[in-house]
Parts: sequence; structure tokens; C-alpha cells
Amino acid sequence: MIYLTTPLSKKCLSNLRAGEQVFFSGTMYTARDQAHARLVTALKKSKKLPLDLKGRVIYYCGPTKTPKGGVIGSCGPTTSSRMDSFTPVLLKAGLAAMIGKGRRSQEVAQAIRKYGAVYFVTYAGCGALLSTCVKKARAVAFKDLGPEAIVALEVENFPLIVGIDSRGERI
Amino acid sequence: MRVINAQQITETVADLCGKANLVLRRDVLLALKRAYAREKKTQAKDILGAIIKNASVAQKEKLALCQDTGMPVVFLSLGQDVHIKGALRPALQKGIALGYKNNFLRDSIVPDPLSRGLSRSTPAIIHTDIVKGDTLKITVLPKGFGCENKSALKMFIPTARIDEIKQFVVDTVKDAGPDACPPYVIGVGIGGTADYASLLAKKALLSKVGGQNSKAQLMEKDLLKRINALNIGPMGLGGETTALAVAILTYPTHIAGLPVAVNISCHALRSATAYV
Repeated sequence: MIYLTTPLSKKCLSNLRAGEQVFFSGTMYTARDQAHARLVTALKKSKKLPLDLKGRVIYYCGPTKTPKGGVIGSCGPTTSSRMDSFTPVLLKAGLAAMIGKGRRSQEVAQAIRKYGAVYFVTYAGCGALLSTCVKKARAVAFKDLGPEAIVALEVENFPLIVGIDSRGERI
Repeated sequence: MRVINAQQITETVADLCGKANLVLRRDVLLALKRAYAREKKTQAKDILGAIIKNASVAQKEKLALCQDTGMPVVFLSLGQDVHIKGALRPALQKGIALGYKNNFLRDSIVPDPLSRGLSRSTPAIIHTDIVKGDTLKITVLPKGFGCENKSALKMFIPTARIDEIKQFVVDTVKDAGPDACPPYVIGVGIGGTADYASLLAKKALLSKVGGQNSKAQLMEKDLLKRINALNIGPMGLGGETTALAVAILTYPTHIAGLPVAVNISCHALRSATAYV
């Protein structure tokens, strides 16, 4: 079994192979459709981003509301392919890894290879189970987007499978 | 004539939102357990195990089964001898809003499909059938959009072969691949008009998984076999469990046509029903 923690180095990512199971501990940032659109617009206009993408992990997720006294609501992955058109720009800006569900485009696989990043998949439709790995949650940006805001999640042993490795190989 | 207060409808709908989103349908859970017992591929079995565990965590922790708590779809069978005191549709929407708020469900509905805007819990989609009797049956089906996005409709010519229809259904599942959270339940609507076939496909998801209540039983069986031979498997990582069930509903149609609609549900097929 492979255990990964942030900060992620390009070297540790380059050792991963498509299909391998990984337990991830550290910080991941939720971002889905609207947050991606905003990040990419800001990058294209050379504006400052609300978070530095270098070495970061983005999780395609829009959680349910946090119950009283809880850390986070249900928080499983959303369909990654909707983010495909935005992804190469974020990888160029230094994004190290993405977590979601489902397939990615050829362009994304090529960009992953070019920048030595990794795409992970996790248990789809298991938001309640995955929420048990989240120890802390803190809103970081785009709070006006409600469930689509960027939230930093501190996780422990979050289960992942390598979907596309840094060589561009798919599971 | 029987009088039902709008307030009672609101409370019932709020309750159904919680039940549907937090407690996995028993027929779906049993089908998942059967698939777990049958599945030979280790990884596929592990994933099915996680899905089953997710259902128990959700129920115990009172958390949504999936963060996509869907676009709420409400099916009403309204007895014609019922008189509703108050306004029905606002009572339903209020119930949805209350149920989503009380259970910390996600607000996933944008007020405008083009300009989008901040999401909220309503409005729900409401389908009403007027039926005999003096009861009101309410079903809430929260439909996640990972799978709703993979819906398909095709208007076949009336002389199309059954096998072409089957191929369309199988191809729709193949196109969805891993993206719509397999193992799936596949709803198919055949006949009527374009809109009605789509509604039937959605309604088919309310059929009991593993039950045999369709006129098109043989077709369901054959489709399930062919879909499970696609080797998409749980999470799309291979295995023999690509779908838990195929449910078909049919309706008379026009001599010139043969509409076929497919509505895919993810493994978190959620619905709850109450009688008022």
C-alpha cells in the first residue's frame, strides 16, 4: 500500500503508476465547474489567484452543507470530464494532482504527462464514507458560489486510485 | 371527498427528502449485496463493499448518501376525490426547501439555466397523475446529475428491429462508461411521444430493483446481460457489475414512430414514497 502526504514532490508523483491504490493525507482543495471557470479567467488575465496552485491538489467536489457540530457534509467526487477544458491551464500554473471520477480527455492526459502531474479517482457516490476521512475544513475562496466554493480539506488516509499517472498512462 | 391540508403535504415532502437522501432504498441495497457476493474481480468487490459501507455510514451519521443530492423530482398520484385546502404546488416546493434545509442537503438548483446564479434547493420538477380514489401518493426522487447528464432519447422508425432498440440502450450505457457512477440502474421508456418516453424512462427507476413487474421482462433480462458484459464495472474499473437492473415501461404510440428514452441512475438510486 502507498501512503502520500502533502507537500507532494514531482519525484514522489513520478513513482506512481496507473491503477495503484494510494492513501492520501494532507490538504486538498475543492473546486468544480464555476471555480475552474474563475481560476482560468484570472490566469488568462494574469490576475492574482486566491490560492497558489503550485504543488496543490484539487478535488472535484461540492459537499453537502456541514451538519451542526460536524466537520463537513457528504463529500464524494463529481464527474472530472466537465473540468477537462480548464485543466491544462491549471497544470501549467503548477497544479500537482487532481481527484475526481471518470474519464479525462486526451488533452488532459497529454498535459498531465507534460507537467508531471497525476489524476486520481476515488469512490464515486460514497460521499458519506469519504467524509469520515476529513478532519478539518476551511473556506478559502469564492464563498459566493455556495457549494462550489473552494474549501481546503485536511484529510487522513483518503482512498485514491491512480487514474492517469505522470507518464500519461491510464488505468 | 377528503380534505388534505397543504401544511400536511409540506411536512410529508420534507420528511421524504430526508428519507430518500439519507437511507438507501432497501431493494437497491439488497441488489448491491447480491452483486458483492457474485463479483469475482477483487477491486470491483472492494468498491461494492465501499458502496455498501457508505450506505450504513450515511444512515448512522445522518449524512447524505451522495453529496449530489440531486434535482428533486416529485411524482404525485392525486386521487380525484381529494380536496386540497391551500395551494398544492407552493406546499410541495416549501416541503422540498424545508427537507433540504433540515437535513443539510446540498442546494444544487440554479435559478436560471443560462445565467446560472447562486444555487438553492428548489424548484423541484413535479409530475402529477390524477387517479381514482381519495388518497395522495407522493414520491420524491432526488436525481443526481452525473447520471442525468447521460440520458438519451432516440426516435426510431416504426419498423425498427427490437435488436436496434436494444443496441441503442447498450450504447447509451457504453457512452456513459465510468462517468455516471456505476453500477447503474437503467430506466427505459418506450412509446408515447418524445417527452412521454423520457418521463417513462425516469418513472421506470421507481420500479423495484430485482422485481419482475414489467411487460418487457425478457427484454430487461437480455439488456442486463448485455450491459454487464461491457465490463465497465463498479467505478468503471472493470468487473461484471455494470448495472444492477434494467427497468422498462411502455405506452401506446403513433403508427409513424417508436420513441425510446434511456434514463440512467447511479448506484445511489434514491426515492421515498408516502401516502397522505
